[in-house]
Amino acid sequence: MHMNWFKFSSPATFYPLAGKLVPWFFWLATLLALVGLYVSFALAPTDFQQGEAYRIIFVHVPAAWMSMFIYVVMAGWAAMGLALNARLSAMMAQALAPTGAMFTLLALVTGSLWGKPMWGTWWVWDARLTSELILLFLYLGFMALQSSIDDPRRADRAGALLALVGVVNVPIIYFSVKWWNTLHQGSTINMGVAPKMAATMLLGMLLMALAFWMYSIAVSLLRVRCIMLERERSSDWVKALTAKGAK
Amino acid sequence: MVLKARHKRFILIGIGLALIGLAAMLILNAFQSNMVFFYTPTQVAKGEVPHNTGFRIGGLVEVGSIKRGDDGLTVHFVITDTAKTVPVVYKGVLPDLFKEGKGVVAQGSVGVDGLFVASEVLAKHDENYMPPEAAAALKSAQEQSKTLQLPSK
Repeated sequence: MHMNWFKFSSPATFYPLAGKLVPWFFWLATLLALVGLYVSFALAPTDFQQGEAYRIIFVHVPAAWMSMFIYVVMAGWAAMGLALNARLSAMMAQALAPTGAMFTLLALVTGSLWGKPMWGTWWVWDARLTSELILLFLYLGFMALQSSIDDPRRADRAGALLALVGVVNVPIIYFSVKWWNTLHQGSTINMGVAPKMAATMLLGMLLMALAFWMYSIAVSLLRVRCIMLERERSSDWVKALTAKGAK
Repeated sequence: MVLKARHKRFILIGIGLALIGLAAMLILNAFQSNMVFFYTPTQVAKGEVPHNTGFRIGGLVEVGSIKRGDDGLTVHFVITDTAKTVPVVYKGVLPDLFKEGKGVVAQGSVGVDGLFVASEVLAKHDENYMPPEAAAALKSAQEQSKTLQLPSK
């Protein structure tokens, strides 16, 4: 069976498809989050060093993962938009930025709340914390730059350049705990090595990460639908849609 | 073969990313010494730490080295990286995870007598998470393997 995937790179065909997908991803996100929270807070054992306070990782670690991953995906879409001159790619990048910024902020705030009782400080300027803060500024800068340029084509190009330059920060965040002495601990989960964590704890964390994934997909699809309508408001397909009462 | 315009743009983006990556690597390399959050006791012993100014020492709290003062606030302990050690004195509240044999980062400066006077002590957590029973089992297993060890000579 052959299918033309490029059909969906047109906003007119992607708009209704995204609309159909959104509720599914929201349901999956809710379901995974409920199971994940149950495993994390009811089933997972207490930690031998940190007691109950360690449970912040069930939000902190997935949020930090998402903050980096969404940035890479966003930069990927931005590059596609730049190279292919594809409208929808640039819109996807624009739709992902606020969610990425939210997860970055969430990772920073939860880490800070955990840091005070455990490390003895809300904040230190070590490589991991500083590079994650730079990530937040990159997201905010991307959003500010895009909205400060009126011509959407030029806004897309400027935003894409910033997004691509900033992508260099992602490996720095990830490997900062390996490359330098940091107060932040090294990674518990490494490729090719057994995780240094009890199985139920790991399960809770992975479920929460999946829930965050589904949530991110749902929200960015929802957002890209709004962006499509706004940007293409003078096109025939939006006019036809609004004429018959947009759904 | 003529490249399509979009392929050219993809290649240009690729080259651009590679150059930015290289630039970042060079910058980080140049600032390597400023990127360290703390120095190890070995670096202190070698004199690789900044003079005339405060810095941070990181390592493990040596087992059996914590001594609390009569006022209940002053605490003496030794930071080790298993090769060299630095004695530290600190007056103030310690974080929850501050324990013997665990990671610690202390900020302060070295006094004339070689004693490190800390103004701030932070606990450095490790990446291991497990329930207390598992930790106890691990510990007793280690102790058993110790007692089972045959004397080497």
